[in-house]
Amino acid sequence: MIAEAGHYALVLALALALIQSVVPPIGARLHDAALMNVARSTALAQLLFVGASFVALVTLHVTSDFSVANVYENSHSMKPLIYKITGVWGNHEGSMLLWVSILALFGGLVAAFGNNLPLSLRAHVLAVQAWIASAFYLFILMTSNPFLRIVNPPIEGRDLNPVLQDIGLAVHPPMLYLGYVGFSISFSFAIAALIEGRIDAAWARWVRPWTLVAWIFLTLGIAMGSYWAYYELGWGGWWFWDPVENASLMPWLAGTALLHSALVMEKRNALKVWTILLSILTFSLSLLGTFLVRSGVITSVHAFANDPTRGVFILLILCLFIGGSLSLFAGRATSLKQGGLFAPISREGALVLNNLLLTVACAVVLFGTLYPLAMEVLADFKMSVGAPFYNLSFVPLFVLLLLAVPFGPLLAWKRGDLLGVTQRLLTAGVAGLVVVAIVWAWTRGGSALAPLAIGLGVFVIGGALTDLSERTGLFRLPFATTLHRARGLPRSAWGSVFAHAGLGVALIGIVCETTWNSEYIATMRPNDVAQVAGYELKLDGLLERQGPNYREMIAQFNVSRDGSALSVMTPSKRSFTTRGSSTTEAALLTRGASQLYISLGDVTADGAIAVRIYHKPLVLLIWWGPVLMALGGMLSLSDRRLRVGAPKPARAKQRLQPAE
Amino acid sequence: MTLWFVFALMTVAAIFAVLWPLGRGGRAENQGSEVVVYKDQLAEIERDLAAGLIAAPEAEAARVEISRRLLAAAGSEPVSEPKSNLKWRRAAAVLALVGLPLVAAAIYVPLGSPALRDFPLAQRERGAGSGMAQSLDNLVVQVQQHLEKNPTDGRGWNVLAPVLERLGRFDDAVRAYRNSITYNGESPERRADLGEAISAAASGVVTAEAKTEFERAHALNADDPKANYFLGLAAEQDGHKDDAANIWRALLAKAPADAPWRPLVQSSLARVGGGGTMPTLSDETISASKDMSEGDRGTMIRGMVERLATRLKQNGDDVDGWLRLVRAYLVMGARDKAMGASIDARQAVANDAERLHQLNEGLKNLGLDG
Repeated sequence: MIAEAGHYALVLALALALIQSVVPPIGARLHDAALMNVARSTALAQLLFVGASFVALVTLHVTSDFSVANVYENSHSMKPLIYKITGVWGNHEGSMLLWVSILALFGGLVAAFGNNLPLSLRAHVLAVQAWIASAFYLFILMTSNPFLRIVNPPIEGRDLNPVLQDIGLAVHPPMLYLGYVGFSISFSFAIAALIEGRIDAAWARWVRPWTLVAWIFLTLGIAMGSYWAYYELGWGGWWFWDPVENASLMPWLAGTALLHSALVMEKRNALKVWTILLSILTFSLSLLGTFLVRSGVITSVHAFANDPTRGVFILLILCLFIGGSLSLFAGRATSLKQGGLFAPISREGALVLNNLLLTVACAVVLFGTLYPLAMEVLADFKMSVGAPFYNLSFVPLFVLLLLAVPFGPLLAWKRGDLLGVTQRLLTAGVAGLVVVAIVWAWTRGGSALAPLAIGLGVFVIGGALTDLSERTGLFRLPFATTLHRARGLPRSAWGSVFAHAGLGVALIGIVCETTWNSEYIATMRPNDVAQVAGYELKLDGLLERQGPNYREMIAQFNVSRDGSALSVMTPSKRSFTTRGSSTTEAALLTRGASQLYISLGDVTADGAIAVRIYHKPLVLLIWWGPVLMALGGMLSLSDRRLRVGAPKPARAKQRLQPAE
Repeated sequence: MTLWFVFALMTVAAIFAVLWPLGRGGRAENQGSEVVVYKDQLAEIERDLAAGLIAAPEAEAARVEISRRLLAAAGSEPVSEPKSNLKWRRAAAVLALVGLPLVAAAIYVPLGSPALRDFPLAQRERGAGSGMAQSLDNLVVQVQQHLEKNPTDGRGWNVLAPVLERLGRFDDAVRAYRNSITYNGESPERRADLGEAISAAASGVVTAEAKTEFERAHALNADDPKANYFLGLAAEQDGHKDDAANIWRALLAKAPADAPWRPLVQSSLARVGGGGTMPTLSDETISASKDMSEGDRGTMIRGMVERLATRLKQNGDDVDGWLRLVRAYLVMGARDKAMGASIDARQAVANDAERLHQLNEGLKNLGLDG
């Protein structure tokens, strides 16, 4: 009964979504409040039913009901409880159900907390949301139904892909989906604004929290996914420029641009058309990501199943929404009123530069992702675009962006003073140069560019701190006043300081890891000692152990430095009988922000084992940076205050013509 | 029954979600507007100014800007009062009352399996609803759990593999046979069984991988019937129908008369055009065999003849059969065997004058007098 009730709940959600797509827009046209309010109750009911459906699927997985094909194919009765739950979205059907559940969650949140929105805008937003939802409900029910049954249920399931049997699966997909799908709200707001033909600073104020929430989760989701790949895949790499990773990076780049342009719109009523376009593009890239991952165009850990009908269906959805929204944009954009004006050198100008660099970087990644696919389809020619391409294209763009980051927040709105800002950034610049010199003197080997890049990271962090000290008047004003000002500073200002500093932190981590990472690959026998970056790792022995649904072979390493024992590391190889496959579980030893990393290879006939040991200096900074960014985002989100960008008056005509 | 009751309740709840706002009418509730946002922004400037975050001239400039936006927003605020449109509300209500259940039913009925109850594992292990297949499944799971802990138990794999294959879990069966070979050692039967499981997993196609296994089995024992049968099948699937027919004919020739797989091979042979259910040494068969290589033809004919001879020894009443046998021996150039066969035939039908006459006439036609 649980299975069928869950199935029916999903069907009802589709029926409600169809009503929600049609009735509220009619109501908005007729100015009928009751019809417009249908959007709200149906959105909440939809959330209820999809939620029930999702809970039903979780229950089926937990109770190992193998009469449900999805459970049979992806679960195993002996799997630990946590993996039974996470296994729900560790497969195509379940992950799509999670996708629509989150979509319904966002719709429900707008319905519940959208009291500050004009009635017609809310009706339109929820209707657009329902269009997206209907398309995906149909997709799930027709091509990837998780509730299909088996008449003669087998007694044991086929188990989940062992690589996915990890705590990472509990965190990474839900976060990433909260990010991907969260951008559907800004998309819906953009379409609603285009339909209503009205857009202004208030719009940006209303969209802000939704974009921020999506951006925070996407940031954390990508970082988490990268860390997961780092410790689970056993190669010690954390970013592969894999098309699936790019699929999540593209919405992040566009979403970051959107966040900044919406800022200009909210504070200064400018860049309105551009912001609308970015909203559309960001969600389109999320959809594209879903298509790339879910259609089986790309084979990777993420492509659970390759089924051409699914691919065609998602491609249809993709064309419908991207094509439809862009045509609507093309038709309506010209009728939107232009907003405030600003000088090229101003905070607005800096944000335009930011947007320009981010979108170009995004386009580069898009090209790198789609070009090989297009070549394969059109010319039947397999190729891969990897790190060298991105090092030459994406990296220079980001270096430019990072150079500009400290300047932006220090420039005044409307008309800025670049020279003055440069003077104020002198301290940060000097700090960066000093670090470059120190790094140059202390390190051996590695790229000559590495110290420069680290200096850039320090400059970005210093710039963020300079911004803070400028706003609070640190060193200029008495300390008490500074404290008072710091307390009065909007939390969004603190947020931008953290987010920008996070960029610098991540950059330093990336440079250190790639430049001074040391590697030791060998076959070792018990009692062999490996020397890596000043650490001695002695292989004590190999032992076997039985896990709940796997057997594992554990290698025990004693780690010591300068003769004093530090810790024991136990990397292992697990073999899963049901799927007949195995995984490597790397062992990590964290020392400050650096890590020792051991992963096992195959055992040779004479009892020796292939071992890869890495020392990764400051590698954790790579993920602390995004966490810092997300923290900044949360601070900014918690700031419920209105935002005003006070323009800097032109000096000569200060009294006469204060603004325009 | 409970299920339909739950469905009905859910449907009612969904309909209610649509009807509720319609029923409440368009009561004016507090909704946000742009004017509110700009007013709040103005208040914000005062606060920032008081906190010393912005200077007075900038605050003034911002105030002017926002006031302008405020005026514009107030001017463009929709003037028309919320109207209530009874006709459209009724239409929406009908949509919910009729359309929603219809859509839900139209989608659910072809997809769902309302007759199927839940099968949580805990309940099944307690034995509720166990049938024959169920308990077999349970046994399989127990054996599998045992093997997961003792993967080197070759006997266990030996037992498990054929059961898995019968249950249609071919991939698992392949793995089990592999393990069986690893821990029990090689034998032609195990190799052939493994090959069979591999081709079953490939829905009957003898893949290169399966063929390798059969070839290994064949190398270990050239007479292994399963390996020979599947090698024939592989040849047929590769389009070499004659090769397939040859392999099967040889197989039939060597086969004991009561082998259970005999009909299978015979029908396969018939499918590739290699003769009917019984080896009838007709002229067509013999002439068809002229296309074969010398050795193949010999093997084929010898097999058929021997088969016929065995049958006639058991049942000697068949005069036509005896005549065919004799003629076959003559064609093969074994005149002494032909003579022997004709003596045997006379003895077999000696009690029946009519048949004896028939036989003598036939033998005379073949040029064997006396």
